[in-house]
Amino acid sequence: MFGLDLTFLSWEIISKFVIKGFIFSVELTVISTIGGIILGTVLALMRLSGTKLLTVPATVYVNGMRSVPLVMVILWFYLLMPSWFFDLIPGGSNNRAEISAIITFVAFEAAYFSEIMRAGIQSIARGQVHAGQALGMTYAQNMRFIVLPQAFRNMLPVLLTQTIILFQDTSLVYAIGAYDLLKGLSTAGKIYGRPEEAYLLAAVVYFVICFGLSYLVKQLQNKIAIVR
Amino acid sequence: MSWDWQVFLNDDGSGRTYLQWMFNAWGWTLAVAACSWVVAMLFGGLIGTLRTLPDSPWVSRLANVWVEMFRNVPLLVQIFLWYFVVPKIFPVMQQVPSFWLVVFALGFFTSARIAEQVRAGVQALPRGQRYAGMAMGLTTAQTYRYVILPMVFRIILPPLTSESMNLLKNSSVAFAVSIAELTMFAMQAQEETSRGIEVYLAVTFLYAISAFAVNRAMAFVERRVQIPGYIVAGGTGGGH
Repeated sequence: MFGLDLTFLSWEIISKFVIKGFIFSVELTVISTIGGIILGTVLALMRLSGTKLLTVPATVYVNGMRSVPLVMVILWFYLLMPSWFFDLIPGGSNNRAEISAIITFVAFEAAYFSEIMRAGIQSIARGQVHAGQALGMTYAQNMRFIVLPQAFRNMLPVLLTQTIILFQDTSLVYAIGAYDLLKGLSTAGKIYGRPEEAYLLAAVVYFVICFGLSYLVKQLQNKIAIVR
Repeated sequence: MSWDWQVFLNDDGSGRTYLQWMFNAWGWTLAVAACSWVVAMLFGGLIGTLRTLPDSPWVSRLANVWVEMFRNVPLLVQIFLWYFVVPKIFPVMQQVPSFWLVVFALGFFTSARIAEQVRAGVQALPRGQRYAGMAMGLTTAQTYRYVILPMVFRIILPPLTSESMNLLKNSSVAFAVSIAELTMFAMQAQEETSRGIEVYLAVTFLYAISAFAVNRAMAFVERRVQIPGYIVAGGTGGGH
């Protein structure tokens, strides 16, 4: 059909080229979501702290990251990471692109997650914080037991949507040649002389995953909306 | 490690300095972004409107398919599709220069996001506006043209601003098919001069001021078209 031939893809090729890349894409997504949310929450708390010493650096960081393209940040980190840094990590010198991609994504996504968390924290009613204070809770206890759990819950759909976008963005590690899902498929396509089919297949795989995940997020959103 | 900004005055081997090359690349970035923006606004506006049409479920279903298709595939993969797969399936497209393929890719990718904003904007509008149009005897097309869309585009200006900035940043992905834009320049110039820090700093700076300029331009439009007494509800689009 249309001069395309998808028959070249055997299970052997998939397990040899594609699985490894897929695993890295998922790994990158999971690590940078978790790392990004943690770092992003810290940044959000800094921005809301009211102390200039904390607010200014956090604001500069978040706005700075958000005003440059992800590809540029990926290239920056890859360029600036000294080689001794990779030697510290077991197996690091062979996976320079992959390790620097993980660090880049955590640092970059933290800026976006921090905006979501900031909105989430600000969405919590004042009375909640006051109630915590009235119970004699410290700032940390108030955040830990009252504000953040509710903020996470309110923002869960948005956080997950951002994770889906993040998963799509992982394909940009192409810029430094890290071995992800797209690279795995395109490598297989190049070796077997079928690059067009490989790209088409990559599009289908990404579509199925992202569409499925956003469907689940929608379901979750409905569920949360009913409970509230 | 010391600075060496003089590197920008060096000849790049083809009779121009790296500085000239960089400004040339900046021009390509802006050209890709501007053309894609026009494509994105046209298709985003159209598809977003179609999704809200009353009494035509099949049209809105097709428009939904458009949005889901272009929203759930990474931009880089879409660019590869336009560049490698489309010309293979439709041989006519082989004549099209890669610049336009990237413009289509980036434009359609962004159009899905804009369509989403337009739909949200139409749904946020009080129902009375549509009824008022009907009561005046306007056709559906006229209602959209004279009542709904002028309001909607004002309401969604803040998210449109961030989508426009995202589009500018996303134009960096065009490096993947060797468009001579800023990211491509940065990668090549870094390789040739080994002055990565200076090159990347300059390019990052150009991206930042371009994004800032887009932001200011949209803020200017927002001030010019605002309706006195009408508070524009702002929502920020996610993603990048």
